[in-house]
Amino acid sequence: MKILVPVKRVIDYNVKPRVKADGTGVDLSNVKMSMNPFDEIAVEEAIRLKEKGAAEEIIAISVGPAKAQETLRTALAMGADRAILVETDAEVEPLAVAKILKAVVAEENPGLVILGKQAIDDDSNQTGQMLAALLGRPQGTFASKVEIEGDSVSVTREVDGGLETVKLTLPAIVTTDLRLNEPRYASLPNIMKAKKKPLDTKSAADYGVDIAPRLKTLTVKEPPVRSAGIKVPDVDTLVNKLKDMGVAN
Amino acid sequence: MKTLVWVEHDNASVKDATLAAVTAAAKLGDVDLLVAGQGAQGAADAAAQIVGVGKVLLADDAAYGHALAENVAPLIVGLAEGYDAVLFPATTTGKNVAPRVAALLDVAQISDILSVEGPKTFTRPIYAGNAIATVESSDAKLVITVRGTAFEKAATSGGSGSVEAVSATGDAGLSSFVGAELAKNERPELTSAKIIVSGGRALKDADTFQKTIFPLADKLHAAVGASRAAVDAGFVPNDYQVGQTGKIVAPEIYIAVGISGAIQHLAGMKDSKTIIAINKDEDAPIFQVADIGLVGDLFTLVPELTSKL
Ligand SMILES: Cc1cc2nc3c(=O)[nH]c(=O)nc-3n(C[C@H](O)[C@H](O)[C@H](O)COP(=O)(O)OP(=O)(O)OC[C@H]3O[C@@H](n4cnc5c(N)ncnc54)[C@H](O)[C@@H]3O)c2cc1C
Ligand SMILES: Nc1ncnc2c1ncn2[C@@H]1O[C@H](COP(=O)(O)O)[C@@H](O)[C@H]1O
Repeated sequence: MKILVPVKRVIDYNVKPRVKADGTGVDLSNVKMSMNPFDEIAVEEAIRLKEKGAAEEIIAISVGPAKAQETLRTALAMGADRAILVETDAEVEPLAVAKILKAVVAEENPGLVILGKQAIDDDSNQTGQMLAALLGRPQGTFASKVEIEGDSVSVTREVDGGLETVKLTLPAIVTTDLRLNEPRYASLPNIMKAKKKPLDTKSAADYGVDIAPRLKTLTVKEPPVRSAGIKVPDVDTLVNKLKDMGVAN
Repeated sequence: MKTLVWVEHDNASVKDATLAAVTAAAKLGDVDLLVAGQGAQGAADAAAQIVGVGKVLLADDAAYGHALAENVAPLIVGLAEGYDAVLFPATTTGKNVAPRVAALLDVAQISDILSVEGPKTFTRPIYAGNAIATVESSDAKLVITVRGTAFEKAATSGGSGSVEAVSATGDAGLSSFVGAELAKNERPELTSAKIIVSGGRALKDADTFQKTIFPLADKLHAAVGASRAAVDAGFVPNDYQVGQTGKIVAPEIYIAVGISGAIQHLAGMKDSKTIIAINKDEDAPIFQVADIGLVGDLFTLVPELTSKL
């Protein structure tokens, strides 16, 4: 079985995003960029399935600018076998990403596609579900456990009330939640080896996909800032404050 | 404009998050509801009482018993023909189903809306809520998820909707429900609680979390939340996580205990009315959003607070 892992290059999760003064977006110049954290978890899960003998080949794919090569090299250094960059400088919406992935799935026939549940830049939480819909395949979203059982996969999902387990027929789509695994760091020798692994560059047009956006961003603004609060010296003062708010007597 | 709201329910009653979605839908036009479930007549009857609702479509079938997206999405797609917009609460179930519907309809979903600015224009948070985008859709039909804390909840009684059965679309045969481990919780639900006490990594272990945070929450009749670090370390189950990728809450009072205030945590709670932080590090980022801060060791301060309330 092959596993396809879509990885997105996003602002590093430790960086506090700054809105551009002209209200057109978030300033990404000179900002540290990394692999979307949920996608690291997806790559790790694919590698573990391969190590267990449940998969033979892991293909990482990214839709994004030339620099997304770095993200793909990270995936290769972690243990993916080869990579595909669908190069574009445009911002590609989840629906269009899902259409590109659908075309790649048609070529590669992976038994599993493992995506992140959410990209931490657009916070859409859509692409995996959309891909599953376009392919008519089952989806196991927000996964905290993935087990291949013959021709199906059992996925434990993090849901609002706790955990839920579903069984999906393969081929299937899985999206990762935080507690699925702890991604490994790539070792220096593996980073060197990754430089020699194959990385194909394609365009959206190669797959016949129209990536024109459906949503127009009119403005991007900072959220309302909270006014500065106070510090209280001791518990008694805090208790009095709570009394003033009517929650203690 | 005609809108359809997918109802999250437990067969007998309607979940709170749906009520915010109804309010958002009413800003766009007429509101019908869809109750898909197995033995869900009770939920449909309850849904018909929600103020502002026209029709409640009831699809009662074994295939909808566990809200599997593979089965529910085709049902909604079939019904969507008669509507200009389909809205979902931005709960884990809503987020699971909505994009599947959007892709089948070939529309770009608008996730987690905070406000309705026009018939096709909405605001939504991006970058963990560090930016708010105003977006306009060019699609003929809209598929939207609604952030529960951003809209008032529609009233659950006084409405006069009518319940109408719709035929089921069957089991897609792609997935099946195996089981669930749902937390039994005597306390108020996180997303609708008026007061929340949350604990972070500083709580050390499950036992310490239990002994320190729960008595304070009990005194305040509060729900209990946690940071990702506390959940990852196994202090409390996953559904306690508040944040960018956990639950979004906006209670009257949010008390953060031993939580540093990473942007991913703030994303889930910074719209709370009053934020109280207890942390031994006076420079912890949580104090930048806290209305009331108390600097010191939580292991002396929290028991003292609990005993004085
Ligand atoms: C993709 C992604 C998604 C994420 N999503 C979320 C999310 O949804 N929610 C979330 O919460 N996090 C999320 N995180 C994690 C986030 O970045 C932080 O790591 C996490 O919030 C830290 O938790 P914490 O504040 O409990 O721990 P820490 O940052 O370790 O803070 C512990 C705090 O306790 C204080 N402290 C220690 N001892 C005491 C004491 N005795 N008395 C008083 N104070 C004390 C310390 O001063 C410190 O401020 C996410 C991260 C990533 C990468
Ligand atoms: N441009 C992209 N390139 C590769 N993968 C992507 C891209 N956008 C989204 N994804 C995948 O889809 C997941 C969910 O993203 P989103 O729907 O944008 O929140 C991510 O975690 C990635 O696995």
